[in-house]
Amino acid sequence: MHRQSRWIPAALGAARCGYISAGCKEGPLNAAIGESVSVLALIAVLAWAVIRPRGWPEAVAAGPAAVILVAVGAISAGDAGAQARRLGPVIGFLLAILVLAHLCDDDGLFKACGAWMARSAAGRPRRLLTLVFVTAAVTTAVLSLDTTVVLLTPVVFATAARLDVRARPHVYACTHLANSASLLLPVSNLTNLLALAASGLAFGHFAALMALPWLAVIGVEYAVFGRFFGSDLTPGSAGPRAQRDAGDGEARLPVFTVTVVGLTLAGFVGASAAGVSPAWAALAGAAVLAGRALARRRATPLSLLRAADVPFGVFVLGLGIVVAALVSNGLGSALRPLLPAGTSLPALLAVAGVAALLANVCNNLPAVLVLLPLTAPAGAGAVLAVLLGVNIGPNLTYTGSLATLLWRRTLRHHGSAPDLGEFTRLGLLTVPAGLVLAVLALWAGLRAMGG
Amino acid sequence: MTDRETTIRSVYIWVREGTWRATVDAALSLAPVVGSVGSEARFTLLHVTSPAAADAVHGAYWGLLGRGGQDPGDRLEVLGRASAAELLEAAARRLGRPCERLEIHGSTERAVVAASADADLLIVARDGDRSRLGPKSLGKAARFVVDHAACPVLLVWPEAAPDVGTIPPPPHHPHHGGR
Repeated sequence: MHRQSRWIPAALGAARCGYISAGCKEGPLNAAIGESVSVLALIAVLAWAVIRPRGWPEAVAAGPAAVILVAVGAISAGDAGAQARRLGPVIGFLLAILVLAHLCDDDGLFKACGAWMARSAAGRPRRLLTLVFVTAAVTTAVLSLDTTVVLLTPVVFATAARLDVRARPHVYACTHLANSASLLLPVSNLTNLLALAASGLAFGHFAALMALPWLAVIGVEYAVFGRFFGSDLTPGSAGPRAQRDAGDGEARLPVFTVTVVGLTLAGFVGASAAGVSPAWAALAGAAVLAGRALARRRATPLSLLRAADVPFGVFVLGLGIVVAALVSNGLGSALRPLLPAGTSLPALLAVAGVAALLANVCNNLPAVLVLLPLTAPAGAGAVLAVLLGVNIGPNLTYTGSLATLLWRRTLRHHGSAPDLGEFTRLGLLTVPAGLVLAVLALWAGLRAMGG
Repeated sequence: MTDRETTIRSVYIWVREGTWRATVDAALSLAPVVGSVGSEARFTLLHVTSPAAADAVHGAYWGLLGRGGQDPGDRLEVLGRASAAELLEAAARRLGRPCERLEIHGSTERAVVAASADADLLIVARDGDRSRLGPKSLGKAARFVVDHAACPVLLVWPEAAPDVGTIPPPPHHPHHGGR
């Protein structure tokens, strides 16, 4: 049976029940107005996030949109406040992880990973792909998908170039695994953090249930990549192209930083088991590394603040309130028939499928915000099935969603359009197979361990 | 045929990650026999950077809806340019004679065919799975170039060419009584 996670404060637990039962309490006319205003607000927020007028942050639209919805009564101040109290700790948790990853990068962790991969691959492309899979899967799981995309991928590209190996399979592996390998831990993906509270699972229990699906998806990706890129992975006339050791000696593993990350990870499990929010462990880990970097003058308070990406937090908060308004104003009752209750295998497959579809239409962040309140009553199994869909699904399109893809395609004025066909073929080979196997693995895990 | 038509004046060397040494070495072995007295053959080192990898990373970054900071796809484009320049430099050093360097940004196979249209010879290395002989020893890009090149193509093995004895025996047709 799924239980209320002990670290969720009572207020959050109450809020959770609040948004599950949130319905339309006003008359039909008000409901129609509330619904259309909420839909418009969501479209405006997402359009702004995709288009980024003048490069202004996404929060510029999401914050005011949430305020307007409260002002016109599309969502009550109480419900909006409950959503904000629910999202606040989650966002703080994520921002702490972003700072932690940034400090790891500053301390040379990813450079050291690159040097290690170069040494161990010894010029063999297929061996390098295996090492990239291991590194990207672990980085995504422990330090979140953002870290893999932003910090690890450029290192992988540089490593491939240095080994005189074609970089494309290895770079594609990073972008794919950033999504599909983000299943394991609550910290791997913002979607997981959002779902953790709704699932009522403890940190360790979440990881135990997701371990098998995580391995299954990585296995599918590895098998497909090996065949898909077969001709790019044949060893060439090996050897680095220049007679230099590229500073391999300098790129040593930063032992202190790795130890702190390891302790933070243990802290997540320990804190959660002891009934304390694992966000505190993330904060402590980030604080230790930040203190050290400040003392060594490698970071300034401003650089740390920039790494924490506060506008992103405001964006998620605003988006969460807009989506809550939409769900309570009719989207919830429209989607509910599509989501079978229970944790039978067909039900889990259907939930994961709907989640993958919705993530591909808009983006997985709004998709998970919409689906959580609808699936949470069915228990942890259904919530985890949503996560399988929204985390694996985005690999179907190279931008993670159709909306972003279409807009970016229209933006491209010059001749060289990206090779959409190849990326889509790769998505079609990995996503459906990975999703089905992952759901099977989750179902088996739920049978064995209980949700 | 006149002597003028058979003289090779312009040799394009397709330089790719992993197999460039073989095409440069093939050009070196041709050097004494191409061109004519008083007019040496021109060598052009050709490298194409496909936007695919950087585009995939741009896409992944756009998918992280709402995240601030630097687009890592931009970083990949910078690294890609540096890597291409380094590769052309290494190839020019190995060639050890005057040559032009041509770096193109675009779809690999199409760019090679277009750039080499007026060449007298294009040197290509097999880029596929060479562990077994047969059609798979050409990957997608080399296959396209061999099929569509507007100039003569010299196809070389990246490593020592396999022995003739490694060719599988001809298929056995019982109703024809074998061969």
